[in-house]
Amino acid sequence: MQKGCDPAGGAGRFGLSPGPFVAKNKAFSRKRSGAEGAERAFADQYFGDLDVAHAHTDTEEPTRRDFLYIATGAVTAVGVGAAIWPFIDQMNPDASVQALASIEVDISAIEVGQSLTVMWRGKPVFIRHRTEAEIAEAEAVPMSDLPDPLARNANLPESDPATDTNRAHAQGEAKPEWLLMIGVCTHLGCVPIGESGEYDGWFCPCHGSHYDTAGRIRKGPAPRNLDIPEYEFVSDTLVRVG
Amino acid sequence: MSGQSTYHFKNPAVRWLDSRLPIISAMKVNALDFPTPKNLNYFWTFGGILTLFLGIQIVTGLVLAMHYTAHVDQAFNSVEEIMRDVNYGWLMRYMHANGASFFFIAVYIHIFRGLYYGSYKAPRELLWMIGVVILLIMMATAFMGYVLPWGQMSFWGATVITNLFSAIPLVGEPIVQWLWGGFAVGNPTLNRFYALHFLLPFVLAAVVFLHIWALHVPGNNNPTGVEVKSNKDTVPFHPYYTVKDFLAVIVFLIVYAAFVFYLPNYLGHTDNYIPADPLVTPAHIVPEWYFLPFYAILRAIPDKLGGVIAMFASIGILFLLPWLDTSKVRSAAFRPLYRQFFWILVLVCFGLGYLGSQPAEGGYVIASQILTAYYFLHFLVILPLLGLFEKTKPLPGSISESVLSKDKGGGPTDGGGGTVAAAAASAPEKRG
Ligand code: HEM
Ligand code: FES
Repeated sequence: MQKGCDPAGGAGRFGLSPGPFVAKNKAFSRKRSGAEGAERAFADQYFGDLDVAHAHTDTEEPTRRDFLYIATGAVTAVGVGAAIWPFIDQMNPDASVQALASIEVDISAIEVGQSLTVMWRGKPVFIRHRTEAEIAEAEAVPMSDLPDPLARNANLPESDPATDTNRAHAQGEAKPEWLLMIGVCTHLGCVPIGESGEYDGWFCPCHGSHYDTAGRIRKGPAPRNLDIPEYEFVSDTLVRVG
Repeated sequence: MSGQSTYHFKNPAVRWLDSRLPIISAMKVNALDFPTPKNLNYFWTFGGILTLFLGIQIVTGLVLAMHYTAHVDQAFNSVEEIMRDVNYGWLMRYMHANGASFFFIAVYIHIFRGLYYGSYKAPRELLWMIGVVILLIMMATAFMGYVLPWGQMSFWGATVITNLFSAIPLVGEPIVQWLWGGFAVGNPTLNRFYALHFLLPFVLAAVVFLHIWALHVPGNNNPTGVEVKSNKDTVPFHPYYTVKDFLAVIVFLIVYAAFVFYLPNYLGHTDNYIPADPLVTPAHIVPEWYFLPFYAILRAIPDKLGGVIAMFASIGILFLLPWLDTSKVRSAAFRPLYRQFFWILVLVCFGLGYLGSQPAEGGYVIASQILTAYYFLHFLVILPLLGLFEKTKPLPGSISESVLSKDKGGGPTDGGGGTVAAAAASAPEKRG
C-alpha cells in the first residue's frame, strides 16, 4: 500500500482491502501528503474518467462532489424512513379493532352492592352499583390522602380533581351510585379483585395495589387511579360505554 | 476467515471444493485444530451445550409449529391436541418446554463461569457483550414462546410484561398498544408473538456465530486467567475438547431427559393448563423460574418506572462490567476477596429468585429491596474498589507451569473447578 494511504493502513488488518472508500475519505481529509499522486493514480483506477474521485480543490471549498454526497445521503435517509414507517405502523391497532368502539349495557339487573364486569375493547369494565356506605366512605377521604389527585375520567377535563363526584361522573351528569371503571390495574395491567383490599374497594393481587371505593389508588405500586372510560346514560337502565 | 488455505488435502474432490470455497479448511482451523488452553475445566463445556440446545429448540419448535394454531380460540386446544393426538406430540412439547429451561440453566452457568474467571476482561469485552445480547434475545424468545399455549399464565404474563413499557413517560401508552395491536393483549398479540418466536431463534443463531467469531480472535480464557504464551499451553480442540464436551453433553442430557420423561411439568406452572381468561387474573402470577430474580427486582422498587428501570438495568449493567471491574487479574482463583464476593453474588441471585416466586408483601418486599441493593452494589461499588485494594495472589508464569505445579493455587482443581472437572480434566493435560 502507498504511504499516502497511511491513516487507513489499519483497515488492512481487519481484512478490508483499501478500496475506493479509502481513497474517497482521503480526498475529504485536510492533510495533503507527498504521496498524493500515488493516491490519485489509485483513485483513477477505480473511478477512471468519471473524475469524481479527486474533484476536491486544494482550498477545501465545498465541491460539487461534497454536495452530491450529502444530497444523496439525505435523500436516502428520508427514503429509508418513509419505507420503514408502513412496516412499523402495521402493528398498530387495525381498523377492525378500532371499530369495536362502543357497547351498550343494560344495568337494570344490578342490585345495590353488586357489580357487573363487561368486555370493552378487549378489556374488562367494572360497573358497580355502590352502597350508601361506600359512597360516604369515598367522600370522606381528604384530597391530601390521595397519591393520584386527578379524576382520570374521560368524561371530564384532564385537570379535574379526584373527588368522589368526579369519579362517578358520566357524560354530562354525575350519578354517585354508579361507578364505572376500566378494570385494569394501572400498575401492570392485572384485573383487580372487587370488595377487597385495605380500603374496601379493589385489590390487585399481582403486586399488591389497593384501591378505595371510588377506584382511587391508595397504596401499592400502581401510579394512577383506575381509568374511567367515556360513558353516558342512554336511559336510567341503559349505559353506553365508548 | 478467508483467503487461500494452507491445508493440502489428499482427496481431490475436497481439494477442488476447498480451493474454491475454503469451508473445509475453515472448519479445520476453527473447530478441529483450534489451539485451546489445555487446562479448561468442565465449566467450559457449557458453550457446546448451549449450541446443542439451540438446535434442539429449533428442531422441536419446527415440529410444534407444524401442528400449532396461533389464534386465541384455538391455540390452547391445538397445544392439547399436540399433547394427546399428534404422534409423539407430547414428547416434542415436553422437550421444547423443558428445553427452554435447560437452555437457561446452561446459560446461567456459562455466565457465572465468565464472572468467576474474569472472561469479560480485555481483550474479550466484545465477546462478553455479544453474550449479553444473546441472553436478551433468549429471554425475548422464551417469553413469547410461553405466551403461545394461551393459558392463564401465558395471558397474564404477557399482560404484565408488555405493560412494563407503559412506564415510559409520554410514549409508553402508544408503545404498548403498538405491541398489542389492540387495546389489550389479544389475537393480534398472539399472532405477532408467534411470528417473532419463530424468527428470533434464527437471529440467535446468527448472533451465536458472531459470538464464536469474537471468541476465536483472542481464543479461550482459562481457569488461571493467564493468556496462552506458547504452543505448550494449548492442545488442539479435537480430540481433546470434542471428547470432553461430548461427555458433558451426555451428562447434561441425562438430567434433561429425567425432567422430560419423569417431571415434565415440574418447572412449569399448573395455571397454564387453564385457558386464558381476560376477565380473571390468577391470584398469584409468577413468571417462568428463569425470570424470577428479575421479577423480584421489578417488584422491589415501590415505583412503576423505577422498578422497570431497575429490572432492565440489572442486565444492562453487564454490558459495562468489563470497565467496572478494575482488577488486572482475571481469574478469581488468584483474587481471594473477589472470590468471596462472587459467591455472595451467586447466593443473592438465588435469593432474588426465591423472592420473585413469593407474593409481594411484608418481609418479602423488604428482603427483595436489600438483595436488589446488594446486586447493584456488587457491580457499581464493590468491583471498582476491589481492583484498587485487593491483594491478589501471584500468577503462574504460564498455563503449563500452573498445570505442572501441584502445590500452588490456580489450575483446574482450584476454585469453582469442582471435583468432576478436576478428575476428568487431568487426562489431556498430562498428554499436552
Ligand atoms: C431459543 C429457542 C427457543 C426457546 C427458548 C423457546 C421457548 C419456548 C417456550 C418456553 C414455549 C412454551 C412451552 C410451553 O409451556 O408449552 C414455547 C412454545 C412454542 N415454541 Fe418455542 N422456543 C424456541 C425456539 C422455537 C422455534 C425455532 C420454533 C419454530 C420453528 C418454536 C415454536 C414454538 C411453538 C409452535 C410453541 C407453542 C407450542 C407449545 O406451547 O408447546 N420455538 N417455546
Ligand atoms: S398489576 Fe396490579 S399491582 Fe401490579
